[in-house]
Amino acid sequence: MSIEVRDITKTFGGLTALRDCSLTVEPETITGLIGPNGAGKTTLFNIVAGAFKPDSGQILFEGADITGLGTHRLFRRGIVRTFQVPNEFSRMTVRENLMLVPSGQTGESLAAAWFSRRAVRRQEEEIAAKVEDVLAFLNLDRVGSELAGGLSGGQKKLLELGRTMMTDAKMVLLDEPGAGVNRSLLVHLIEAIERLKEERGYTFCIIEHDMDLVERLCYPVIAMVRGEILASGAMEEIRSNRTVVEAYFGNAKAGGR
Amino acid sequence: MELGGVIEYGLFFLSFVGIYALLSLGLNLQWGLTGQFNIGIAGFFAVGAYTSAILTTAPSPHHLGGFGMPLVVGLIFAMVLAGLVAVLVGLLTVRLRTDYLAIATIGIAEIIRLMLKNEEWLTNGVRGIPGIPRPFAETLGAGTLGQSDAVFLLVVVALILIVYLALEAARRSPWGRVLRAIRENEDGVRAAGKHIERFRLEAFVVGSMIMGLGGALFAHFVGFISPEAFTPEFATFLVWVMLIAGGSGNNKGAVLGALIIWLVWTGTEFLTSMAPPEYVTQAGALRLLMIGILVQVILLVRPDGLLPEETAERK
Repeated sequence: MSIEVRDITKTFGGLTALRDCSLTVEPETITGLIGPNGAGKTTLFNIVAGAFKPDSGQILFEGADITGLGTHRLFRRGIVRTFQVPNEFSRMTVRENLMLVPSGQTGESLAAAWFSRRAVRRQEEEIAAKVEDVLAFLNLDRVGSELAGGLSGGQKKLLELGRTMMTDAKMVLLDEPGAGVNRSLLVHLIEAIERLKEERGYTFCIIEHDMDLVERLCYPVIAMVRGEILASGAMEEIRSNRTVVEAYFGNAKAGGR
Repeated sequence: MELGGVIEYGLFFLSFVGIYALLSLGLNLQWGLTGQFNIGIAGFFAVGAYTSAILTTAPSPHHLGGFGMPLVVGLIFAMVLAGLVAVLVGLLTVRLRTDYLAIATIGIAEIIRLMLKNEEWLTNGVRGIPGIPRPFAETLGAGTLGQSDAVFLLVVVALILIVYLALEAARRSPWGRVLRAIRENEDGVRAAGKHIERFRLEAFVVGSMIMGLGGALFAHFVGFISPEAFTPEFATFLVWVMLIAGGSGNNKGAVLGALIIWLVWTGTEFLTSMAPPEYVTQAGALRLLMIGILVQVILLVRPDGLLPEETAERK
């Protein structure tokens, strides 16, 4: 599973959010995308995931042009994303949050819900088994029957990851998975992402501000500043790249953070 | 009051509860499950009532038809026509959320009411349509005290039961799960690759069909309809109060809310009828005020209604 971004440009009114961005997410990597706020990381995600159309440029997924395809068509091809702010369904249980995800559910047709109840029940049992597997993988089994709205911030992020596991997609775009997650859960989250890559052949592209997390998890790391891609490579290389340091780490220090 | 009168009043009272329960169940599918802010219930209620009335009454020079068809045909077409109107409204408003949908639907309901008032060839305008038959009226024969009321109530109860069971099956199915998820977080559902507009349209149409069925039963129950019966106060506002009081998201709550609020509503009628004659005109407004206050109290004391939504998954 690879994604190739070729010369993507995107403007919003007079603001150029992305200028001639090109990058590749290689199969079975955890590619990190870093950069200061406003660098265009989320915009790039939105374009790859089909929420926006680019002004120019191309996105290839496994060699096929997917530029401008809508979210649910990309979803069917096997690309999923998560959001900075978790999109859980608060007044539904954690299990229901996961049960919802698989596509092509027979029981999502009202007629089938009324008249083919046996077929629907059988499918529900299959999905439920998958849910239990995901819950166990993420150590969420104890909260399976609780309402998703009551989870901690970190558990919501895990649930978000769990929702991507309920799909057949193996290309996962994670927008700030570490934000607002406490240390012990973070270890857990990192472990889950790594195991998904190693054991199940997932490919991840991750936007993250937590540099420790990026260093521990991501290779390669791609640095963006002001809508352009400045460098890519291992985190140490990025750290020693002067342009990046000035634009990013330098800025961060000057900002006093 | 002698026993016969009490029974007759009870049947009358419960029939109205039943009609409102259908409206409330329809709204529960739209608002309680899907989060659609439909405040144009009156419109679908009216379409159902007029459709069945025109189809089942004896031929009349004053309005379209009547076609003298059997009651079942009237009920079915009431649902079909209310559903068709909902498809049109739904296609226009399918991308609208919350407040915007509310404004659109209340506007459409008013347009429907004004059409009923002004298109005299179709509806006989403000003079209304009289002589709408009761179910099994001929077989029972006229004049048997209370008997046709009892049969009517049985028909209503049977229909509520069917609608209730169908809605419960739908709510617990994957289809209902998607609706609740749309209510909770649209982006999350979209991210799972679901076609939100399709689900929203289906919920809106099915809910409106149930409202149309309620309208048809109303027409057959009262026997005479005119546009005045379909003002927002009675046909929309009260239904909302019923659902909120009973428990939005809970089909049992929708039915319970209809019972309790109709009890309060008729109770306030009794209270205001005891007011001195010079205050009688104000009394009508006072009843609405009392209901409004009741909603406030319910929202403060039991914000999820008397029977809150059952959120835990049952096996």
